[in-house]
Amino acid sequence: MMALILFRTFLTCPDACVFQMVQDPTQFDVLVMPNLYGDILSDLCAGLIGGLGVTPSGNIGANGVAIFESVHGTAPDIAGMDLANPTALLLSAVMMLRHMGLHDHADKIQTACFDTIRDKKVLTKDLGGSAKCSEFTAEICRRVQDLG
Amino acid sequence: VLHINITMIPGDGIGPEISAAVMKIFEAAKAPITWEERNVTAIKGPGGRWMIPPDAKESMDRSKIGLKGPLKTPIAAGHPSMNLLLRKTFDLYANVRPCVSIEGYKTPYTDVNLVTIRENTEGEYSGIEHMIVDGVVQSIKLITENASRRIAEYAFEYARNNKRTSVTAVHKANIMRMSDGLFLRKCREVAENYKDIKFTEMYLDTVCLNMVQDPTQFDVLVMPNLYGDILSDLCAGLIGGLGVTPSGNIGANGVAIFESVHGTAPDIAGMDLANPTALLLSAVMMLRHMGLHDHADKIQTACFDTIRDKKVLTKDLGGSAKCSEFTAEICRRVQDLG
Repeated sequence: MMALILFRTFLTCPDACVFQMVQDPTQFDVLVMPNLYGDILSDLCAGLIGGLGVTPSGNIGANGVAIFESVHGTAPDIAGMDLANPTALLLSAVMMLRHMGLHDHADKIQTACFDTIRDKKVLTKDLGGSAKCSEFTAEICRRVQDLG
Repeated sequence: VLHINITMIPGDGIGPEISAAVMKIFEAAKAPITWEERNVTAIKGPGGRWMIPPDAKESMDRSKIGLKGPLKTPIAAGHPSMNLLLRKTFDLYANVRPCVSIEGYKTPYTDVNLVTIRENTEGEYSGIEHMIVDGVVQSIKLITENASRRIAEYAFEYARNNKRTSVTAVHKANIMRMSDGLFLRKCREVAENYKDIKFTEMYLDTVCLNMVQDPTQFDVLVMPNLYGDILSDLCAGLIGGLGVTPSGNIGANGVAIFESVHGTAPDIAGMDLANPTALLLSAVMMLRHMGLHDHADKIQTACFDTIRDKKVLTKDLGGSAKCSEFTAEICRRVQDLG
């Protein structure tokens, strides 16, 4: 079987890109860019999907090193109160699993997480609900186990 | 009524027809303007340097105010960018773009009402680059006290003159401590003289994140060149694109050139299909700059009402009207507004 990968390179400047991005982000796929533009665009795109509370991130280093991380803050006002939303860190961990080639586990955990959010029954406060972090986590665990 | 001379640069492509539309609407509004049409296509002066034609420069130096349509950049080798040439000729240091949501022209964002003020002479676009060794290049971002102070002063004056409540300096002084740090310091100093205007500071990446989630939180934004380039286009995207976005360039010695920032659209040029909104709103910006607020309000209201009513819209706005029909409708409403 021969796999055909459609590869299209497209050069655009950051001003034209952000202009198109806020009108129709679906036209974009993978974007590669130098440091400053990446600083701007990565935050812009995080904003489009709902903010840093749901955005995963990975940092790739030399010698095979990779560090995956949530990019939101420490939220000291709710620390230790079982109110936090673990989605960003969880999706970063899913990214990590994919990086390691563990796609089945990645898919299962991601599906459980997205299904929980889509169902809207058990959501942390920032997602519009009133569940505790532990309740949100337990719900995802339950779904993960159901997915076998 | 004493008429004021304005230099009109119709430009290329759809430029002449949208300029004609604007002049018609201004006539219907009885705006006290006398238009002096000029061409700014660069010519080679004595000594071989590119310059704008002397009669265009003479008109601008005298009138101080210009309205410009889109320009095509000639392909001839060595020909300079027209916008760069105009910028250098008149020291156009501030690029100002008010972005206001247009009722009737739906975008994913509503109630946008902000202004980006971009320093347009230095920063990351100073054009100072060099190669250290093969494969290693450095680019100099130039920030000066004078340019930073000048743009900050313009931003606060603009805020005051246009009854805006706050000015936000957009920067990355946490990373670029000396360059953005200098810019920020000048903004803070100028803010001291404008206690009636609220001054805030925000990192560029945070602005972008917040901008796409809730643009209504922003008012006047002032920033160095590159950030302004990006943010002004981002905001134009929020309200529907370059076809409806006005723009003004403020220069030294009281010169100001207002312009539509869309292209020349050669595929529809001369076919009475163009949308004159961007140039018209730039002309409205021009009227406000001149203090002619009544005329500005009347023309802007007529334009927005026409778009909101959705009965007579050009193709890009979702309708099927000709440019002349859209223009006639705005003229009619202008006259009804007395």
